[in-house]
Amino acid sequence: MRNFYARIALLGALALSICALPALAQQMDDPRVGLGAGLFDAEEAIWNLSMLSTTVPPEAFVGVTNSDLAFKDHYAIQGNYNGVLIWDISDPAAPVLVKDYLCPASQSDVSVYEHLLFVSGEGFGGRLDCGTQGVDEQVSHDRLRGIRIFDISDIVNPEYVANVQTCRGSHTHSVLKDPDDDENVYVYVSGSAPVRPAEELPGCSGLSPDEDPESALFRIEVVKVPLADPAQAAIVSSPRIFEDLVAPPRHGPSPADIAAMEEARAAGKFVVTYAGQSIVLPDRYVEMIMGQWMAESGKEGEPTAADSTEFREALDGIFEAMVGAPDAEGEDDGPAPGPTQCHDITLYPEIGLAGGACEGYGLLLDISDPANPTRIDAVADSNFSYWHSATFSNDGSKILFTDEWGGGGGPKCRATDPMEWGANALFTLSEDGKMEFQSYFKLPAVQSSLENCVAHNGSLIPVPGRDLFIQSWYQGGISLMDWTDIKNPIEIAYHDRGPVNADQMSSGGSWSVYWYNGVIVSSEIARGLDIFQLEPSEYLSANEILASKTVKLDYLNAQGQPTYVWPVSFTLANAYLDQLERAAAFSAEGIARVRAGLHRAEAAEGDARSDILMRLAQMMSRSRDTEKASLLKETLEALAQQN
Amino acid sequence: MQVSRILLCAALILIAAPGSLLAQNDKEALEALYWARQKEAMSRFTQADVDFMTGMIGHHAQALIMSRLAPTNDASASVQVLAARIINAQNDEIALMQSWLRDREQVVPQVLIEGLQLTIEGGGHHAHHMPGMLTQVQLEELAAARGQVFDRLFLTYMIQHHAGAVTMVEDLFAVDGAAQDEAAYKLASSIHVDQITEIARMQEMLDSLAQ
Repeated sequence: MRNFYARIALLGALALSICALPALAQQMDDPRVGLGAGLFDAEEAIWNLSMLSTTVPPEAFVGVTNSDLAFKDHYAIQGNYNGVLIWDISDPAAPVLVKDYLCPASQSDVSVYEHLLFVSGEGFGGRLDCGTQGVDEQVSHDRLRGIRIFDISDIVNPEYVANVQTCRGSHTHSVLKDPDDDENVYVYVSGSAPVRPAEELPGCSGLSPDEDPESALFRIEVVKVPLADPAQAAIVSSPRIFEDLVAPPRHGPSPADIAAMEEARAAGKFVVTYAGQSIVLPDRYVEMIMGQWMAESGKEGEPTAADSTEFREALDGIFEAMVGAPDAEGEDDGPAPGPTQCHDITLYPEIGLAGGACEGYGLLLDISDPANPTRIDAVADSNFSYWHSATFSNDGSKILFTDEWGGGGGPKCRATDPMEWGANALFTLSEDGKMEFQSYFKLPAVQSSLENCVAHNGSLIPVPGRDLFIQSWYQGGISLMDWTDIKNPIEIAYHDRGPVNADQMSSGGSWSVYWYNGVIVSSEIARGLDIFQLEPSEYLSANEILASKTVKLDYLNAQGQPTYVWPVSFTLANAYLDQLERAAAFSAEGIARVRAGLHRAEAAEGDARSDILMRLAQMMSRSRDTEKASLLKETLEALAQQN
Repeated sequence: MQVSRILLCAALILIAAPGSLLAQNDKEALEALYWARQKEAMSRFTQADVDFMTGMIGHHAQALIMSRLAPTNDASASVQVLAARIINAQNDEIALMQSWLRDREQVVPQVLIEGLQLTIEGGGHHAHHMPGMLTQVQLEELAAARGQVFDRLFLTYMIQHHAGAVTMVEDLFAVDGAAQDEAAYKLASSIHVDQITEIARMQEMLDSLAQ
């Protein structure tokens, strides 16, 4: 056998079918099931959140799709297929529209950096002159497909300063600031549409790279934008990050797979682990290799229970010796079809990494040289249809990918849609850059066939010591996922509305939702701008919410991930203490003593305060969960030093 | 015209009461504008868009016939998962394309499947001349195959079938004025990118069988 896939295929033939469609794990008794329809008056369900405001789009934009969000200072910038809306959200209970800039393009995904605003254009109707009449001709020099650049030094009067045309347009984009370069900013352009004719944009070729090395397929575009003169923005490289990409389309074990495997084990079946996959061996095959093993080990007669146990332990090794060790990646596979583009590339410059969601793959990229990103690792998953976006945990030890199965226009959260399809896949990320699958998460509430619903955009919420991800599910609403325990992600808050239209599916729901400086802002495709805040619950304490609000950002982009840093404060200490209480890391009396101590310390001054804090810090070594307690210990020590 | 009166009315109200302070009747005016604009968007389409939707319904329907064979013809687990997802995806897309046509007062093709026999009622009589469509002989060959032979044939023919759908989208996009409507563009470009992704996945599955 030549390669890894061939071996996997052999295993597939040997293995029992463990891949039956997963059980329906969604909850039917959820308050979100059966909400009444309506555009601005749909029934709503909300849990552990409160809605601060919901603001309908202005007249020139209502009835046209609202898309992604970016944030700068106290402004939320909302893309719309008709242009850009700029909201002053300094009072989140009453956002004020300060500018509606009519300049149609789909999807109008937006990003900011300093005084610049970037807007994606992909559809055929976008015009260089921002006209609303569209472009009818298939080849036209009036058409804009690429990146528009605005100067927003005066944010209420954006000035359209430049555009960069690309061969596949810009479905989305990511803005990267190189820490070593203060003069430029880089834009990675992701375009998933077919290639434009060369008559419209010279040099564009949709041929395969074998036929034309200049092909616009199998690459991303990197645009370099001089901050002092953005009109000079131009493509500087087209990295072929997919080259030689081959990864097996296997999938992580779903709950149904795990159940099937447990059942097989309980029934005394022999299970081998090969290339990270568990495979149940057919009885006849086991008999055969056990017979060989008995003979080679010099054992005679019927296998005893001890023989059987010994065989079971040796089985993985025997099996690997028979079929060969799995390759890291098949080197002799020749050119693989692979993805031709990414949908999203999430940049996390502080750790020098990016997560690329690229058709059938999730990629890990090294972005330390911004103009020349390189691939470090790739994962594929046969439960995943279309890799859409990525988010790292704050410490960079985990990464989640979303699957926008059906492109966001389909109702993929019905009771009949498997929980592994159109979901999130969660991976750990090792220090040497390997991603390892851990679990899936999907919106747990069943939605109707009138509601487009699938995993979509979101962001981390900076609750210290935990990994919380607020996420849009289109008409499934927004959902807060706690993935601190990566094998067992759970939902801890949500908001949902009934369908936009009671009679047939009409596109709507939350396009994207992001935490920004203490509030949660959602771009509702049909309804406008929704702003929420977290409410305390058994899953999240008031102190944890307060601690999240101590993190301040100057700006935020959908595909740019900032590192959250919590200033040392009593609020932070109280948040960690609440987490220790939830985890029962101390007895109730122990928690009460620390809490009382913290109050005394906060009221005290000088050495008295330091003494109390240092005594509390020493108590942390007596915790039942020293790892969690060490976070509080560090905070107490820092507070003592600050004093 | 009614729409422009509503527009004006909504604009005036917005000046008077921005943001979330809108009174109930203001929201009603904006809602009227919302639905008027949705309806107006439905008037922007070309015959090429209609032909694409009509044809693609028949094209997708054949993928359903092929995929429904997987459980009965002893397909491998991975091919069964793939086939189940194709059924789910293409059923939903057929419904979307039917709504698209209905909303625009066009003939809505109805899909009738009996075994390997596909009948499209209304508009789809050229179904078998579309790119990538299997001949009836190919379909019968697939239906007669079992196990790994079925897997190989299914993947080969579904790649052919998907490649045809990709061509249909690219042909649509090459027509002046086509896919200007947001719904048509989104549907066609989703089909394009989903099926290219699936072709790559199927090619890998096929390569792994080819040893």
